Parts: sequence; structure tokens; C-alpha cells
Amino acid sequence: MTEMTASAAPFRRPDLSEAHLRRRYSAERRFKAYGIFAIAAATAMLLVLLSSIVAKGYTAFSQTYIALDIALDADRIDPSGDQDPQVLRKVKYQPLAKAALRDRFPEVSGRRDKRALSKLISGSADVTLRKFVMANPDTIGTTQTIWVKASDEIDSLRKGHVDRGAQESDRLVSDQALEWFDHLETDGAVDLRFNTTFFTAGDSREPEQAGIWGATVGSFLMLIVTLALSFPVGVLSAVYLEEFAPKNRWTDFIEVNINNLAAVPSIVFGLLGLAVFLNFFGLPRSAPLAGGMVLALMTLPTIIIAARAALKAVPPSIREAALGVGASKLQTVTHHVLPLAMPGVLTGTILGSARALGETAPLLMIGMVAFIVDIPGGFTDPATALPVQIYLWADSPERAFVEKTSAAIIVLLGFLIMMNAIAVLLRKRFERRW
Amino acid sequence: MSLLILATTLFLLSVAGFYLGRGRAFAVSGGQLRDLHSRPQYYGMYVALWCGLPSLVLLCLWLALEPEITELILVANLPASAQGMSQDQLALFINQIKNLANGNAFGAVSAEIESAAKDYASLRDTGFAAMTVIVLALGICGLAFGRRSITPAMRARNQVEKVVSVVMMVASTIAIVTTVGIVLSLLFEALRFFTKVPPMDFLFGLQWSPQTALREDQVGGSGAFGAIPLFAGTLLITFIAMCVAVPVGLFSAIYMSEYAGPKMRAIVKPVLEVLAGIPTVVYGFFAALTMAPFFRQVGEFLNLDVSSESALVAGIVIGVMSIPFVSSLSDDVMNSVPQTLRDGAYALGATKSETIKQVVVPAALPGIVGSVLLAISRAIGETMIVVMAAGLAANLTANPLEAVTTVTVQIVTLLVGDQEFDSAKTLAAFALGLVLFLVTLALNVVALRVVRKYREKYD
Repeated sequence: MTEMTASAAPFRRPDLSEAHLRRRYSAERRFKAYGIFAIAAATAMLLVLLSSIVAKGYTAFSQTYIALDIALDADRIDPSGDQDPQVLRKVKYQPLAKAALRDRFPEVSGRRDKRALSKLISGSADVTLRKFVMANPDTIGTTQTIWVKASDEIDSLRKGHVDRGAQESDRLVSDQALEWFDHLETDGAVDLRFNTTFFTAGDSREPEQAGIWGATVGSFLMLIVTLALSFPVGVLSAVYLEEFAPKNRWTDFIEVNINNLAAVPSIVFGLLGLAVFLNFFGLPRSAPLAGGMVLALMTLPTIIIAARAALKAVPPSIREAALGVGASKLQTVTHHVLPLAMPGVLTGTILGSARALGETAPLLMIGMVAFIVDIPGGFTDPATALPVQIYLWADSPERAFVEKTSAAIIVLLGFLIMMNAIAVLLRKRFERRW
Repeated sequence: MSLLILATTLFLLSVAGFYLGRGRAFAVSGGQLRDLHSRPQYYGMYVALWCGLPSLVLLCLWLALEPEITELILVANLPASAQGMSQDQLALFINQIKNLANGNAFGAVSAEIESAAKDYASLRDTGFAAMTVIVLALGICGLAFGRRSITPAMRARNQVEKVVSVVMMVASTIAIVTTVGIVLSLLFEALRFFTKVPPMDFLFGLQWSPQTALREDQVGGSGAFGAIPLFAGTLLITFIAMCVAVPVGLFSAIYMSEYAGPKMRAIVKPVLEVLAGIPTVVYGFFAALTMAPFFRQVGEFLNLDVSSESALVAGIVIGVMSIPFVSSLSDDVMNSVPQTLRDGAYALGATKSETIKQVVVPAALPGIVGSVLLAISRAIGETMIVVMAAGLAANLTANPLEAVTTVTVQIVTLLVGDQEFDSAKTLAAFALGLVLFLVTLALNVVALRVVRKYREKYD
């Protein structure tokens, strides 16, 4: 046996020549370079991703306004002259804004041109004017300079998203509108202001009137449901499994289940929610209640695993000391072990809910993709969530929604960064090593 | 909303029970607290539990059973003309009544429906009022009973602890209930699908066109449910993703654990993990609006026809997302390879890279394989990126520049939008979900097995 191996692999002198050593060293350098290259590639990808989104999205935080000298015609707004708010509320104000635009450009004639002209301003001028008149009823009958929102095409033009050199047919804005816009701009009647609508409005088909507040409230309601369900259940089951459960087949089975659930694709939870919560229990579709329940099931394994790790990190001496002075098992856990493990448990919970906040796929399954304009007022109202809103806007054909989508992503990432920062702080501040 | 008020009332009642019970304990002890078996707050909790638990159980039972029972009563009270209806007609009829009762009237309704809806609404109102009274009465009775049964010798703490441990046990079984729920709901709907489409046609068919006609006169495909193109598309995209994630993740892990100093590690590791924390919908947006046009331009430059929904783009972006899954776990296992093994290799004259290639990586191989398997399972189940960046049409091809569709994309397209719950089209989504669940489950189990079984123990 030994002879055979000896003859098969005769002793080979190591090649210690300069050339061989150089080859080995250059292989060493190459190998190290691969590592640096891999890390650089991953980091570069992250930077490209973030910078492309910021570059696309930051313009959505401002909105173009156009100043119009609007004649608040008393005959049309308030024929009786008693400034009755009921009457003022029902007046159609958009024609006033259109009339002001036509006065601004008296040379425009023909129905098509006039219609094109009125498309410079947003349909929300109606609301702006109504608010103005309701707040200052004394101005009825006078002519006021009022800033109204520009339409999304003009907004894109002002922000430089429209290529002026392109053929008219390839361009979002016609030559005519370009000329009008330049006139307005040289007169100082165009201004870029902070876009409050984006943070206060619900969804809309018109990009300049669309906002993320509805989706943010929906996400928030959903997160409340998720936390209210998954935190107590997660902590209770972690305490049971870590402190009380006997080591037997049943608890092993529970553990296997938890580990597997943590790796089940999120869309499968969506299917579960559709089949069980909606079709079997008859919960309302598109409601934060159902969405929160699905997300709670999804985050539960994360919380249990994190809570168990935190409980495990509490040294047994603490338990023994408490038991030694006569505390019952439950008293030991609730008075001593759990409070000491709490920072770890909370960190895991925050990280789990950050993941839930960014989750989209299961929500699509339970009908949260509906187009919802109203701000949800309760757990059973139809609502949408921030990531779903991003998905919906990303699908919209209007160019102006690209910047809204990116801006919504910036807001979502802002929330996630905040939650992760809190988790890191918690860990840094309260983590104890025994 | 009134349900919320009821729940709040019940909660407040329990809180009141706590203070009443505690006060009672003080009273029966006659100022001698050491005569009590347990500390006074345990008596308080005992009363609170007696007050809150039975009524809460009743409330939950009512919530679960009420819709079924009222519907039964509704059907029983319907006029004779409605009793003779077929199953589907009756369901539609009941739906109309319910909608009207809930205040969502669609168009004109007959007087029959209107009166039934009125009855239904009043039935529900009476039911709710009765339930409220009973639940509150039960709460008050429980409170009174609990409070009366307090004596100094009563073992309040043991009783409370027994209830708490039962609650904990129930909480820990929720993980099992969820798994069972997933399996049953998928299996049940998938079986209904397989009564319409034979399993063999589904698993091995080469045609996928689920757009069936809803009505007889509608123009639509006859509906073909051969899932092979979906499986092939999923595999193609996963393969591309792993081509990105495995080398980048592995080499990052090697660099982090073997070359980088603690300072660099402290920066690089969180940066890579950020990649896993970014919501997938953001990756999807990035893939569809930044990567896809970029690849199209590159393709035009090279005279290649790149589809705007190519498998390549979706795969690369999923790969980028999966980098941290590979790198994090691989880094951990390589770190746990003992230093003595490396020192032994150095002593034999190996360079650092030779040590890594011939000692560290082989020693850490089970963990690395496990991490790759987990990354594959994530990539297969990934939904948003492919929904936004991959195609919709089933396309059996191995060309990464063409558009392919995946299992998850089809689940989403089948279930989003108008749906008729009994059609093969929607049920197909559950069959696909079952396949997805089983495949990812198998991958996870295998990954955990590999990590556990082949892990070398050095201590």
C-alpha cells in the first residue's frame, strides 16, 4: 500500500525558483484584487441605485406655480352679494382661471388653441381659488394676483425635464406652449415653490395633485396592526420557548416551523391572507387591518428569533439569583430576565417592522393596489401603503410620475433609515455584555 | 367602530377589576399582608382575568360565527321565490342584500331585496346589541365572582401563572398554525385547480396562456396552463442572479474575513447589508427605469436586440439584492474557521490566497453552500423586481436578452385586478404558489441540513 502510493506520487521538490515565487505572489495580489473589486462593485451598485433615485426624485419636492391676475367676478361667484359660504363653495372657479389666462394672452384665438392654453394650469386651480375666496370673501369683485399650480407638463418644462431641442412631435410640450411659458417666465409669473401637496394629499391621476399622505397613513395604520399583533405574540412565544418549554418533539417542531416561516417568500403570505383572511373570514379588501395581519404573520418569525437571542444572552446567574430569593419562575422572567433582554427584543422588533414597512408583494394579493384618493380614517377603510403607492406610480405612463415615484422612494428610505438608526442606537445604548 | 368601544369598555372593566381585587385582598387580610398567600396585585390580576377572559372568548366566538348564522337566518327568511334559486343565483342575491344593508347600493333594486336588506340590517343590529349586553354582563359577573372568591388562603399567584403559561403556549403555536394555514389554503385551492386542469398538464405543459374567456361569447384564449415556461423563466432569472451574487458575495466575504482590518470591516459589512434592507419595490423601479434603458442602449451599440423587459436586467438586479445573503453568512462561517488551521498552512509556506483557497474555503464550504442555497430560495421567491422588470408573456427561451416571465409574476398578474374566484385562472395562482412554497421550503431544509450536517467542529 505504502509502496504503491510512493511510486504513484514520488516526492516532488518544491519549486523555489524566483519565477515560481513571482507567479505565486502575483496570484496572491490578483486574488486580493478580486476581493476589493467585488466589494467595490457592490458598493458602486448601491451608490448608483441611491444616486439615480435621488437625482430623479429631488425635483418632486418643488412645484411650479403661475401667477394669474384673476378677476373675481361678483356676478359669477356671489350673485346675491351676501357671501354665503354654501354658495361660495359650489361655484366653479376653474373658468375664472382660464379666463385670466385668456386675458393674459389675448392674441390666442380658436378653440383648439384656447384649450391648449388652458392646459398650462392644473385642474387644482379650482381648489386654490375656492380656498382663496372663502378665506377672503371681501375680495369678490376685485382682480387679484393669485399663484396657481402649473400643469404637470409645464412643471416638467420648468424643471428642465423637457428637451427644448427635440422635434415638436417627440416633445411633451408643444412649440406654442413653450412660447407662452417663456412669456410668462420673462414676466416673472413663474415660480418654483416647495411642494406641500406632495406631503398632504392622497393619490391622484394628475401628477401635480398627487401626494403620499394617504399612503403614509395607510402604512402607519398597517404598522400599528402589525406591531399590536406580532410584538406580544412574538415575545410571549419567545419567552415560552426559551424559558419554559420542555425540550421535546413538539417544541422542536415549533422551532423548525419558525425557521422555515422566516424563509417563506413573502408572496406566499399574501396568498394565505387572500385565502384565509379575505375569503374565509371575510375581512374587507384593501383594508389596513388585513394588510397588517398578513405582515404580522410575516414579521413574527423575525421577532421570535431576535427575542430568543436576546433572552439567551441574559446570563443564568440572574435567573438563579432571582429563584434563590424565592421568586417564582414567571416572576423571575417578568421582573428580571425580560427587562434585561428588552433592548435586544425591541431592536429585533424595529428591524422586523422596517422590513414589513417596505414589503409590497403580499399587499398586492389582498387588494391594496386599488386607486384610493381619500386619506384612510380607520383600520377598515380602503387604503394603500407607501411601497404599493411607489409600485402604482412606477406603472403610470406620465413622465411627471417618475419624479413622484423617486420622491416617494426617498421618503420611504428616509423612514427605513430612521427605524434602523433607532435600532442601532438602542443596541449601542443599552446593550450589555456580561 | 362600536366594536372598538365595546373592547375598550371591556378593557376598562378589567382594569377596574384589578383595582377592586387588589383592594379586596387588602381588606380580607385585615392589614396583615403577610397572611395573604400571594401579593395583593396577584389577587387584582385574578379578578381582572375572571372579568376579561370569558367575555373576550365570547366576543371572539361571536365575531367568528355571527356572519354565518345571520346569513342562515337571512336565507331561511327569504320569500318563496328566492328559495327555489340555484346556488349561484342565491349567492348573488344575498350579496345584493348585504351590499344594500351596508349602504352600498348599485343601481335600482327590487322591493324584495330592499325589504330583505332592511330585515338583515335590523337582524345584525339586534344581534350586536344582544351580544354587547351579554358580553358586558358576563364581564361584570366574572368580576363579581372573582372578587367574592378572594380569601387570604387562595393561591392567586399560582392561578394567574397557570393562565399566563397557557397563553404563552398558545402564542408559541401560532407559528405552527401559520404554516398549517399556508399549506392548507394553498393545497385546498390547488386541488380545486387540479380538478379543472390535470396536474400533469400543469407541471409538464409547454403552453401558458391563462386568459380564459369569462363568458361564452367572449373572445379569449381557450386557456392553457402548462407551467414549464414559467419554471424555465424563473430558473433563467435565478441563474443570472446567482452569476452576479455568488462571485461578488463570496469574494466580498473572503476579503472581509481574511484581508480587511477591523475598521474596514466595520464600514463594509453594514454597507453591504444596506443592499438587503432596501425594499424590493425600489429595486424594481431601479431595474425598470434605470437599468433596462441602459442595457437597451448598450445592446443597440453592440447591435444586439435587447428586450426592454429582458431576463438579464431582472436577474442582475436580483443578484445585486442577494449579494448580502451570500456575503453575510459566508463571512460568518469563514470567521469561525479557527486560526490554527490558517497558521498551519502558513507554516507550510502557503501564501495567504493559497491558504484561503485550500484551507479556509474548504473548511467553510458547508456554510457557503448553505448561504448560496438560501440566496437561491430568496431569488426564486422574489416578486416585486420581476413584476416590474420582467415580462408578462410566457416565453420558453434560454436567451437572457429576451423577456421571460416567472412564477411570482404570474401569481401577481392572475390575482391582481378583477377576479372571479372559481375560475381556473385564479386557482392557477394558488397552484403556482404551492409549487413556489414547496420548492423554497425544500431549498431551506436542504440548506439548513447542509450547514448542520457537514459543519466541522473544531473545539
